[in-house]
Amino acid sequence: MYSKKVLEHFQSPRNQGRIENPDGVGQVGNPVCGDIMKVYIKVKNNKISDIKFETLGCGAAIATSSMITELAKGKTLEEAIKISRQDIADELGGLPSNKMHCSNLAADALKKAIEDYLTKGKDKKYERN
Amino acid sequence: MPKIYLDNSATTPVDPEVLRAMLPYFSQKFGNPSSIYSFGQEAAEAILQAREKIANFLGCQKEEIIFTSGATETNNLVLKGVMQAFYQRTGKKGHLITSQIEHKAILEPAQILEKEGYGVTYLPVNREGIVEMREVQKAIRDDTVLVSLMYANSETGAIQPIAEVGRMVRKINQKGRKVNPEGIASRPYGVNKIFVHTDAAQAVQYLNCKINFLGVDLLTLAGHKIYAPKGVGALYVKKGTPIIAIQQGGAQEYGLRAGTENVPYIVALAKACEVAEKNRAKVSQKLVELRDRLISDIEKKIPESKLNGPRGERRLPNNVNFSFRGAEGESIVLGLDLAGIAVSTGSACTSHDLKPSHVLTAMGIPPEIAHSSIRITMSKYTTVADIDKLIQVLPKIVERFRKMAPKEA
Repeated sequence: MYSKKVLEHFQSPRNQGRIENPDGVGQVGNPVCGDIMKVYIKVKNNKISDIKFETLGCGAAIATSSMITELAKGKTLEEAIKISRQDIADELGGLPSNKMHCSNLAADALKKAIEDYLTKGKDKKYERN
Repeated sequence: MPKIYLDNSATTPVDPEVLRAMLPYFSQKFGNPSSIYSFGQEAAEAILQAREKIANFLGCQKEEIIFTSGATETNNLVLKGVMQAFYQRTGKKGHLITSQIEHKAILEPAQILEKEGYGVTYLPVNREGIVEMREVQKAIRDDTVLVSLMYANSETGAIQPIAEVGRMVRKINQKGRKVNPEGIASRPYGVNKIFVHTDAAQAVQYLNCKINFLGVDLLTLAGHKIYAPKGVGALYVKKGTPIIAIQQGGAQEYGLRAGTENVPYIVALAKACEVAEKNRAKVSQKLVELRDRLISDIEKKIPESKLNGPRGERRLPNNVNFSFRGAEGESIVLGLDLAGIAVSTGSACTSHDLKPSHVLTAMGIPPEIAHSSIRITMSKYTTVADIDKLIQVLPKIVERFRKMAPKEA
């Protein structure tokens, strides 16, 4: 049902944990599937310098969370925001079709984290004015 | 690493004794039971003996046993066959009573009947996952044709009050029902008799399945839950119960189930019933002890663990079902699998979709708690060492996933 790569990320997730004082945080959840993902990012020179995740969810939810942290780390915000659900699934050697929608939320969580960072940035600009 | 299998409500391994009994019917005694020459007679004789064994097991007549491809087919045959037979006799689309916690092999045909215009009531369950008698009583209407309730639930092991339902319906049938404004009850007696069906697939190994004890008119058996192969089952149908075939193509099984009989599997099913009856008390006693130790150890070692379903005598001896708030069921199942232990989330048949178990939600368990549940189902082969190993690894796995989750989730 799951590819070897999915099981490998499930068993040894990368960048699992939280970042204290993150520059951006994004949380997405789907109560029907029961998955909740939270992505923390640090941004330096417009690039994602550090990224961590916390996930409550199934094997696919954990593996996709782990994978997006690998894909996003070191990328510019413009590159990172373009990472799609399909990219993550492809990198993991595919996901079962019933998991593509419900449990493949990592891209959305990252997008939210980046948006959070950008909004916070705007707020800071206002503060300076 | 030796693997430990604890998902026996999904399926059981074939008992070597059962396998030995069926093997000659593949290549040596391979005849078609409908053929009149010796090859056919040999196969027909094997089926006759199997039928007698199962009749003996259930305490019924051999003509009341219909072999099928499994519980799913049997349940389809019961629901469609009985409801449609009523329609043929009366021109009325009658009423079916079932419950919210049935297997999909009941729920899906019931939904189809509903779409075709039959009335269907899905009874609720209490917090322990048991249908209450007053709910059954309340649901009975003048046009009720069939009450179909499972004997024991596959997810929670909750044993349903089938014998009580049987008794209650028998009383109603004897008294007759009061006449409603449309005068349905004025139809001759027998037309509006209520029939009782139970899907006993999960119960056969552990519970009394004698027909006169249960007081049912129809009963479903499945091979692969009692150490026979997948793809074989049976229907008990009391003589005189109006039921029509749902597949055509031959006169086998008294015209109720067309198709060449699966001789080796039928032999296996009969052998499995025989073995189950022989070792029932011993297996049940052993598993009750293992079950209750497992439950108390999990409760001791894993904080915020919650047993789903009843305790004690109203629970199947082999079933344990827990929710671990803050950890997700499938992750726990995968984590245990990587440690060499096979358990399941809810039932294997519903794990294709991602909705929380319909059984747990019917019990009033919130979706996020239902998502955190796993089912452990033992077999006659389960050992103390198997359970020790599970108790050793499960707390660490639950802890690992709880730590991985966002705190406020």
